[in-house]
Amino acid sequence: MVTGVSRDAGARCARRLAEDPSIGTVLGVDVVPPRAELGRVRFVRADIRNPVIAKVIAAEDVDTVVHTGVVATPGSAGGRSSMKEINVIGTMQLLAACQKAPGVAKLVVKSSTTVYGAGPRDPALFTEEMAPRVIHQTGLSKDAVEVEGYVRGFARRRPDVCVTTLRMANWIGPTTDSPITRYFALPVVPTVLGYDARLQFLHEDDGVEAIHHATVHDLAGTFNLAGDGMLALSQAIRRLGRPTLRLPTFTASSTAAAVRRARLADFSPDQITFLTYGRGVDTTRMRTEFGFEPKYSTAEAFDDFRTALGAGAVTRAAGLLAAGLGAFRG
Amino acid sequence: MADADVIPIGSGGRPGRGSGRRTTPSAAARALARPGASSKKKGRRIEAPAVEPLAEPIDAVPEVDAPVGAAPGPDFAGLEKVVRELFGADGERRVAEWLAFLRRRLTGDYEIDEFGYDPDLTDQVLLPMLRPLAEKWFRVEVRGVENIPADGGALIVANHSGTMPLDGLVTQLVVADHAHRPLRTLAADLVFQTPFVGELARKGGATLASNDDAERLLGHGDLVGVWPEGFKGIGKPFSERYKLQRFGRGGFVSAAMRTGVPIVPCSIVGAEEIYPLVGNIASLARLLGVPYIPITPFFPLLGPLGLIPLPSKWLIEFGEPVRTDDFPDGAADDPMLVFNVTDQVRETIQQTLYTLLMQRRSVFF
Repeated sequence: MVTGVSRDAGARCARRLAEDPSIGTVLGVDVVPPRAELGRVRFVRADIRNPVIAKVIAAEDVDTVVHTGVVATPGSAGGRSSMKEINVIGTMQLLAACQKAPGVAKLVVKSSTTVYGAGPRDPALFTEEMAPRVIHQTGLSKDAVEVEGYVRGFARRRPDVCVTTLRMANWIGPTTDSPITRYFALPVVPTVLGYDARLQFLHEDDGVEAIHHATVHDLAGTFNLAGDGMLALSQAIRRLGRPTLRLPTFTASSTAAAVRRARLADFSPDQITFLTYGRGVDTTRMRTEFGFEPKYSTAEAFDDFRTALGAGAVTRAAGLLAAGLGAFRG
Repeated sequence: MADADVIPIGSGGRPGRGSGRRTTPSAAARALARPGASSKKKGRRIEAPAVEPLAEPIDAVPEVDAPVGAAPGPDFAGLEKVVRELFGADGERRVAEWLAFLRRRLTGDYEIDEFGYDPDLTDQVLLPMLRPLAEKWFRVEVRGVENIPADGGALIVANHSGTMPLDGLVTQLVVADHAHRPLRTLAADLVFQTPFVGELARKGGATLASNDDAERLLGHGDLVGVWPEGFKGIGKPFSERYKLQRFGRGGFVSAAMRTGVPIVPCSIVGAEEIYPLVGNIASLARLLGVPYIPITPFFPLLGPLGLIPLPSKWLIEFGEPVRTDDFPDGAADDPMLVFNVTDQVRETIQQTLYTLLMQRRSVFF
């Protein structure tokens, strides 16, 4: 059973799992019908915030639950309170239902590296054991921390269930629609003056593969997932060929509000701190214990995204300049 | 070459008046925006692809590298000649390197490591900017470079002084110039909180002074520089110059022990006199959340002029490395042993400081 299939990431994971012949039936669960074609996936319209989900698990005799239903964008969920409701209450209900279902043998949770927060006191790379140095009071970061807390509680109460928590770096790729991809798609990209965040990305294909990998293998534990290497924020924007607008820190929240009102991108305060200080995670365990090798490095994933996004204003201007020079020459 | 492919596409789209004056992007954009008006003027090779940069911007992406810096081609033979006449053959190479560097910077075509270290920027901009300061202003004299290992990890431990952490920057330059290895420095979290400073520090190879980061760097076989006195050393009054403060909690020794790398003691003489700290505006410092606001004989009295460091003569000596790989396993968790090694390193640096001070003829020469 896969939760959150009405969004792209969930739908892709469900499709990928359905393609695997070794998996019998894949059940997709969400409140609204998915926009994307689900193929062999059977869609069940149910709300994970509701105890009805327990009946679905019992009736369908679910043995593996893949929880991709954590929402990153308050906009798509209908506001911040609704997002929190889906993330935290949804996870609680889902785990409560799983705990009552003796048939459930495996739980895969798609979490995020935002659980580590972002700040000036962070180590260069977070390993799975490290606690965040700064606790965020709002946004996805806090939700993800709470979700993981409930997942740990569940793992304690049901030691027979194999629980895999995947802390994924920001997904990026041609079809991903997330705050970070929308941010890079802005015609002029605002950044925080005087800071240059270090970014890690995970290609969407790798993300889907990792979920599949965790589902078909029994690998209990928490794993960081990210592409190799790092990009500085300024470097990423230069690679996009988009103009940068460097704004001082105190204007960041009002800029975010203006961007949100213009319906260009959706920023929460924890994303602003992320884009200020950046974050890196250590992926040694991803290779040694989880046994997963991402196909794309951070830079390659970003290149793939860039190709799909199209040229920015600077690139175009440079192209025109070259065209002009070419004409000037003959 | 890729740029050879790019140019015909653009030139095909130009109206081709032959004046050669309209080369600005906006002129080119106007010309491209109404291709119908100009398409018949010159029946050149291709007309349809000419509109592509606007109609299908995706196609322009792979060509990013070409237009920005690599534009100088056959047409720029004249420019090349001028450059050669102005700067000589060596200068021409340097100008070319600079253009290549500029192109890499503008297109984001460079690598940073997981700590945010940007070797390209450091070697091309940051260190060359420091070099005159170290060589001409402070006239740094370096001794014992042979004590820095040529490869593998090592921890350079030095005394900290001078109100502003210039000694860290100069040591980094000295190691890069004499040992030909990048020195990765460990800095306080205040550095990374401060805008611009934190950004430049990360790009210059600094990272947070914590055991996690230090052990990670040493484990990679990097050369790591640490100033364990921290703010106590850098912000001590001028009257206490060259008196080593407490060496933190000895975290640097346990990091070196865990990774089994040698500790190279480094004594820096001269940095104490660059900004003689005679007072501290403690209340304002508390208000701003910084460890101290310095008062020197010239700052804040002379305003920005007071920020110019005094041209003291510097001596930097790297001492005999202290090996840590022959300690038994678990030595890093033995506080007594860690304190002993910390004291040993501290004593070595203190003794070397006294020796160097005896040898120095005067503060400024």
